Amino acid sequence: MTDVAKDIASNETLLEVNNIEVIYNHVILVLKGVSLSVPKGGITALLGGNGAGKSTTLKAISALLHSERGEVTKGTITYRGEDISGQSPASLVRRGIIQVMEGRHVFEHLTVEENLLTGAYTRRDGRGAIAADLEMVYGYFPRLKERRRSQAGYTSGGEQQMLAIGRALMSRPETILLDEPSMGLAPQLVEEIFTIVRNLNEKEGATFLLAEQNTNVALRYAHYGYILENGRVVMDGPADDLRENPDVKEFYLGMSEEGRKSFRDVRSYRRRKRWLA
Amino acid sequence: MPEQFLWAMEVMLNGLMAGVLYALVALGFVLIFKASGVFNYAQGVMALFAAMTLVGLQKGQVPFAHLINTIFGTDVHKFGWELAPWLAILLTAGVMVLFAWLVQRFILQHLVNQPDIILFMATIGLAYFMEGFADLMWGADIKTLDIGLPQGVNAWIDETTFNLFGYGFFIDNLDIAATIVAALLVVALVLFSQYTKQGRAMRAVADDHQAALSVGISLRFIWVMVWSVAGFVALVAGIMWGAKSGVQFSLSLIALKALPVLMLGGFTSIPGAIVGGLIIGVGEKLFEFLVGPYIGGATENWFAYVLALIFLVFRPQGLFGEKIIERV
Repeated sequence: MTDVAKDIASNETLLEVNNIEVIYNHVILVLKGVSLSVPKGGITALLGGNGAGKSTTLKAISALLHSERGEVTKGTITYRGEDISGQSPASLVRRGIIQVMEGRHVFEHLTVEENLLTGAYTRRDGRGAIAADLEMVYGYFPRLKERRRSQAGYTSGGEQQMLAIGRALMSRPETILLDEPSMGLAPQLVEEIFTIVRNLNEKEGATFLLAEQNTNVALRYAHYGYILENGRVVMDGPADDLRENPDVKEFYLGMSEEGRKSFRDVRSYRRRKRWLA
Repeated sequence: MPEQFLWAMEVMLNGLMAGVLYALVALGFVLIFKASGVFNYAQGVMALFAAMTLVGLQKGQVPFAHLINTIFGTDVHKFGWELAPWLAILLTAGVMVLFAWLVQRFILQHLVNQPDIILFMATIGLAYFMEGFADLMWGADIKTLDIGLPQGVNAWIDETTFNLFGYGFFIDNLDIAATIVAALLVVALVLFSQYTKQGRAMRAVADDHQAALSVGISLRFIWVMVWSVAGFVALVAGIMWGAKSGVQFSLSLIALKALPVLMLGGFTSIPGAIVGGLIIGVGEKLFEFLVGPYIGGATENWFAYVLALIFLVFRPQGLFGEKIIERV
């Protein structure tokens, strides 16, 4: 564990998820008791494959589950020690928790700048402060400044991801829930986005909880990681430890004991091992 | 100048004015459709309800008089006062806001995430409920609406055109007033949706409900707001139509006239509603004037729909319908 990671682990816990269960449409059990805690000032990664429950966990926290007919049926979610389950997304944004949704979800017919301004919807601290933050966001994402007057629907995938993060920043959040930022982006862009996330974390002190399928990238930038499988946390630990873990290496980073896999190994690759079967 | 041409000009001008009234109704549809994806069948009844409430409040009618009298054996009909028109309009606007809240609270809120057709059905139910409710509240008799709008032929236009062409145009003052009011209303709406925070939020909700929720925009609030604005637009339309032809049941049928306007202009465009209204208004009047005599008249009943049908075939999203953004 690096020194930075140790420092962060000893920070106060901002967000705590205790043993939550989520059911969609009253019948489909998606999360089967997920617990995690997010320390202030850290980048925490939620890892796992498709359908592991990463997005659902984030939406359970940000209260975006309701509009998808999902429900937290057990467990508690606390923020700074206060129970936040049952709050509306709007009141959570006012508290400082905002989610950047999977698949960007920019407002296509609004301009880039209008998109950013909608992020400041819940703020009451006046135009001056909002204008200052707009410049701050443009500072982190110069590309958005170039395209401020174009319709967001016509910008590239990378620009839309930047816009979605920038829009969230406009609410002056303390904690940002970032869902699958690498989706559909070229490797170079993925690095660019993660570098910005790290910058925001270090310079603005923003706390991140990010869900990511790209385990390799996520573990390089995060301080701590949780691995989800089938709606359960199957492993957690500091990011550096996870990267060195032989099971994580084999199943999520695509490396076998001997290093890189060759085609010869693929043929005889054994059935996927599960931690909890 | 040939007389035939002058007549056509006059007909066209009158068509423009009628078009403005169609546009007013269509505007209410567009607002709600954009923000919540609901095709609000009840828009026409909202105009009727607003006009009836306005007349009732202005004349000091006792609401639910029939019901009260039947239950308590009393015989009350009027409070015995008359309100100033502006006060009555203000109070009616308040009633429409209350109505918007009720619709949100008791209907829309329970139908979140349901298919569009379910919401459409709900608005049909709402339309007929409101119609009955309005009758119960204010009585089913035909009422005259008079809030002091100018009526009758515009003498100035009549004289000027007579001096110019030797033929005086007949343009109703009320139509001119309606045009001015509609223009002001549209300008106000455009300014509101483009340059205010709530207007921006409204457009954001129209684009992506989920994303709007995620940045902390309250859908409930936006929906109440949009239905209130649509209610206000309905009130304006109700005033204009009511002043023209009396407040009666047939007022709610103007909603059906708004349909071809929407097909023409596009369901999501405010300018589209205006231009569509004008095209339909002018088109049906000119068609009736030029072609009507050859095919036995009464073309106004169907011309708009046929025009809309032709448009649908060649441009399904309407003249100004929002372009569907697809990146390749």
